[in-house]
Amino acid sequence: MDEFLQSLIRGLGTGSIYALLALGFVIIYKSTQVISFAQPAFMLAGAVLVSYLSPAVSFFGAVLVAAALIAVLALGVERTVLRPMVGKPVFVVAIITIGVDVVVRVVTNAFIGLDVRQVGDPWGLTTMSFLGAEVQQRYLVMIGTTAVVTAALFAFFRYSRIGLAMRAVAYDQEVALAQGISVGSVFALSWALAGGLAALAGVFVATGAGVDQQLWIVALKALPAIILGGLESLGGAVVGGLAVGIVESLFGTYQGDFAPWLGPNFALVAPYALMLLVLLVRPYGLFGKREVERL
Amino acid sequence: MNGPKTIKGRPELYTSYGQDMAFLNTRPKRAWTGGLVVLALLVPFLITDDLLQLLATGFVAAIGAIGLNIVTGYAGQVSLGHAFFLAIGAYTGAALSGSETGRVIGFGITSLPIWLLASGLVAAFFGVLVAPVAVRLRGLYLAIVTLGLVFLGEHVFREWTSLTGGPGVGRPAAVPELFGVRLDRDNALFTAAQQLYLVMFVLLVIFGVLARNLVRSRVGRAFAAVRDRDLAASVIGVDLTKYKVLAFAVSSFYAGVAGALLFVVNGFFDPGSFNLLLSVQYIAMVLIGGAGTISGAIMGALFITLLPRITRELPAVLPFISGDATGAVTVFQLEAVLYGVLIIVFLIVEPRGLFGIWVRIRNYWRTWPFSY
Repeated sequence: MDEFLQSLIRGLGTGSIYALLALGFVIIYKSTQVISFAQPAFMLAGAVLVSYLSPAVSFFGAVLVAAALIAVLALGVERTVLRPMVGKPVFVVAIITIGVDVVVRVVTNAFIGLDVRQVGDPWGLTTMSFLGAEVQQRYLVMIGTTAVVTAALFAFFRYSRIGLAMRAVAYDQEVALAQGISVGSVFALSWALAGGLAALAGVFVATGAGVDQQLWIVALKALPAIILGGLESLGGAVVGGLAVGIVESLFGTYQGDFAPWLGPNFALVAPYALMLLVLLVRPYGLFGKREVERL
Repeated sequence: MNGPKTIKGRPELYTSYGQDMAFLNTRPKRAWTGGLVVLALLVPFLITDDLLQLLATGFVAAIGAIGLNIVTGYAGQVSLGHAFFLAIGAYTGAALSGSETGRVIGFGITSLPIWLLASGLVAAFFGVLVAPVAVRLRGLYLAIVTLGLVFLGEHVFREWTSLTGGPGVGRPAAVPELFGVRLDRDNALFTAAQQLYLVMFVLLVIFGVLARNLVRSRVGRAFAAVRDRDLAASVIGVDLTKYKVLAFAVSSFYAGVAGALLFVVNGFFDPGSFNLLLSVQYIAMVLIGGAGTISGAIMGALFITLLPRITRELPAVLPFISGDATGAVTVFQLEAVLYGVLIIVFLIVEPRGLFGIWVRIRNYWRTWPFSY
């Protein structure tokens, strides 16, 4: 039972990282109908920034500054690279974001070098007792932070004027434009939000083990998460992210005993298998909306 | 039905649909194609073997890119799973033609046409398995599902060591033997690189012509209809399921063939190298070359394959770039950045890719000097 609780907490912890990333993906998708493959690069850049800043302004200060800086970077990318492509086929835009990802990641890698950089987080790998199981503190912090951030985001979309504008743009761009909403700033803002979320997620990934050049691969786990939840659903992104984290963690713990024929490390690809299974039953994800098409 | 009429002094005038849809429908096209084929056949006797090997890799990549172009450029089904099908082809070819050792399986069928066909067919079989998912999904959902396929495939290839040799070790490539001649060894007439180059070129021409014929047929028009608006296509009587499955099957067949040949030309593949990066590379070939054109796919494939070689020559010209792994701006960083920047610039500035640039040059000179 302890083992189960441990791996559940671990799953929820990593799952909340995926949820943060997935929220970024979904926010961008809702406003621009594009999946941004640049998220991994922003995540990596965020973690690297923190590793440089934290000796100077303490870990928590560094996280805030890095999230803000990455948000500005993402905003800049949207203005310069993505804005000329408004109205072009979404797939082409998605590939452009891959190009952005490559460029940002190469530049960031130059700052990482070959070593592992530490972000200077106060938790490290220390454990504490939680409901009778030894769990790493950092997982609890991740779960808590993600809960707070998610609640803040939902409140922002629900109650603030800008949040309302963003929902309006997601619902119908042209009508929103006709109501006097600046669709352009909504695009920019959603990229900035996604960038900030990615930076935060990057810091969480880097706690404990540190930042190396392979860190970005973690961000790709958010893709099955958003597909699971449905591309248009913020709530779906959170549920999908947590589900992916839990599945991965439970497979990591138990698959060796129950299904060794799947091979070691199957846990790493289990989210993708889960995604395929869900899509066979629900082609628009768990909470995605079925598109009504007219000619 | 009237046959094509010709009018004296107007050789370019089409009087029938058949003429318009002909394989090479204009005289300049015939001239260019003939010229390029002759040039490509002369090249092996003019340049060094390492460049020949690079060009051969480019030709094989072109076969793969044509395959991706059929499913993505013509039928509009975005696939990020090309690396998966390349891998299936590569390992089918290698396992069929390799010899059985204690470490890896092999069946010892070394004849190139047999294992090449088998690689294509096995990959096509997997393409057909995946296609039903594609019929239910569209757009970016499909892209991400095919991406998942690459990750699952990578896992299988890492773990199935008796097929792939395992990460870091690998297995020998397929044995290319044509009419009893080993193509990967020097003989009295040609060096290995020359032989491989020529064989790959001939195969590219064969597969290129087949693809061109496919896309200008009924099937190709159905693909284009599905791409432009699948709902409208189904209303006018295009069987969506059938054509999506067909597009995936043909595309995976090409990928399988390209994968097997790529293994031969490269000589070594780590099971982990059939990853997302490879898929993106093929997408880049198609988009930089020009989506929805066969010649564009070939241009894009050659461009992407030759790009590392070109950037490697840069330190000689630009002294601030360092040729080895030290220094402020290394050639490897430059290569990766250039790759990303090229994708961005091409898609923003010339969405039709290299093919579009060619069309613009052609149209300029067609009416020269009376451009207006």
